[in-house]
Amino acid sequence: MEPIDLELEEGELELPAEPMHLNMGPSHPAMHGTVRIVLELTGETITKADVQIGYLHRGFEKMCERGTWAQVFPYADRLNYVSPMLNNVGYALAVEKLCGIEVPERCMWYRMALGELARISDHLTCTGAMAMELGAFTPFLWFIKAREMLWDIMEEETGARLTHSFGRIGGMASPPTANFKAMCREALPKLIGLMEEGEKMLLKNRIFIDRLENVGNISGADAIGLGWTGPCLRASGVPYDVRKAHPYLKYDEVEFDVPVGTRGDNLDRFLVRLAEIRQTRRIIEQVLERMPDEGPVSVDDPRVMLPEKKDVYTTIEGTIQHFKLIMEGAKVPKGEVYSYTEGGNGELGFYLVSDGSGTPHRVRIRPPCFTITQGLQKLITNSMLSDIVPTFGSLNMIGGECDH
Amino acid sequence: MSERILETLKSRFGSAIFETHSQFGDDTAVVDPAKWHEIMTFCRTELECDMLTDLCGVDYPEREPRLEVVAHLYSIAKRHHVRLKARIGDRELEGDVEIDSVANIWPTANWLERETFDMFGIKFKGHPDLRRLLMYPEFVGHPLRKDYPAQKTQPLIEYRTEEEAGLPLDKQLPFGPDEGMSFGRKEFTSGEGEAS
Repeated sequence: MEPIDLELEEGELELPAEPMHLNMGPSHPAMHGTVRIVLELTGETITKADVQIGYLHRGFEKMCERGTWAQVFPYADRLNYVSPMLNNVGYALAVEKLCGIEVPERCMWYRMALGELARISDHLTCTGAMAMELGAFTPFLWFIKAREMLWDIMEEETGARLTHSFGRIGGMASPPTANFKAMCREALPKLIGLMEEGEKMLLKNRIFIDRLENVGNISGADAIGLGWTGPCLRASGVPYDVRKAHPYLKYDEVEFDVPVGTRGDNLDRFLVRLAEIRQTRRIIEQVLERMPDEGPVSVDDPRVMLPEKKDVYTTIEGTIQHFKLIMEGAKVPKGEVYSYTEGGNGELGFYLVSDGSGTPHRVRIRPPCFTITQGLQKLITNSMLSDIVPTFGSLNMIGGECDH
Repeated sequence: MSERILETLKSRFGSAIFETHSQFGDDTAVVDPAKWHEIMTFCRTELECDMLTDLCGVDYPEREPRLEVVAHLYSIAKRHHVRLKARIGDRELEGDVEIDSVANIWPTANWLERETFDMFGIKFKGHPDLRRLLMYPEFVGHPLRKDYPAQKTQPLIEYRTEEEAGLPLDKQLPFGPDEGMSFGRKEFTSGEGEAS
């Protein structure tokens, strides 16, 4: 067919082109956790991007300066609400470092087991949501079904599915239930089965692979410069894992590998998370093997631990101790500490400053997603508009954590 | 290993390192704010601290250089941490409280400095884009300073009055002045406070 505009001059055909501005979010189905991206587009290519966060800012750090040290636990839960146990344990370890307390061995294993369960839940949610945003709804349901098993265990242990507030300074709220080990041993193979089923559906799907592969690449050096940690950094080929580099609890006594990617694209980040779930299963199995069935889970230290309820009701010492701990809070020695653990998304740090009173002077949280979300701008500039969805999904930005 | 970093810093910069300590194994150096950028560059190149883990502010209302900028550096290859602090600003925080930006050394400093500016009002000289990050542009003040009242609200749209609504509104502020732990909490007022 002949083109109809043969006789026209070339110049006449050109339409005035100016970059188009587009607001993505803060209410957008793919912007989990309210983020706004202001985009400048040429055609469908992004020439400029400005990522704006803060829509979920709740003044976490200011609120912590108003209560006692123990009252931070519920706030810590709400940082990364997909793996609250890791935040609880991270904060408890930070305060314990400041107080010079070491928790009993049983507590260490218990914290590891619960923390690793939370990590699986975090990775399942991220990978599942990523698939769902690309239109694969069924694998998402499989992943969420698997996550449901974990939350059932959590509910049995802590009494809450999502915001446990289970950590305590110097221990945990209560010892493991009698059938904790049995529940974990039963749930883990089922959960891995479900995950593998979902994984098969996705990794043999051409559309899914095409949208992830070689999209959102970042080199290891760039990722380090941006302060990335966790699965996103490891996908770029840097094997930095706090559990290996600076072991806390009993991580130096269990065997596990640190999966790393090669290209640092979305597919690598997806695969690293799935591989980590398998490693986490290995850790949990070893933990269950070695966790003692008897023994205390909390330190016997009246300065930080609440007395038993029967003592509170029957003895004057118990009543006063309880009153002082609740009303004034545990006195934490003067000083400052930076304590860091491996959260679901990477290095979760707490920088605490104590003035020696029962109230924190400063609780600074170093959320892993904050720096990761900062990198989004670099990843999406010069890519296509539709690449935002898988790229943003693969970073696993959690609003509560990122926006403080 | 760790002591060595502080020794290196002291021998290289001498009087610009005001004090050092290694409480809980965290190597800390309080440095001259005028040499902030120079020392950070040294840490990046010579000490191989390739990751700026965190940068935040702390407010000590009872001290004379009142605000503190705290940076945590980490070296992935050598596995060492170092914490650098610089103290700036007088008691009343009059005029600009300024320190050099390190965003040209680590890209991650961009948002961390914007957040610190937002929360503490510390201006970072040479920052490419110093806007508020977490709060909205219309926000007045810097919420993490100790003299910013926690119960203060700055709604963009005014709360309804009872007249407008036509019914009694039991609207309560998120934090009442009598809320919280009266024993455990300390009240800070601008300019004065307990000496530590």
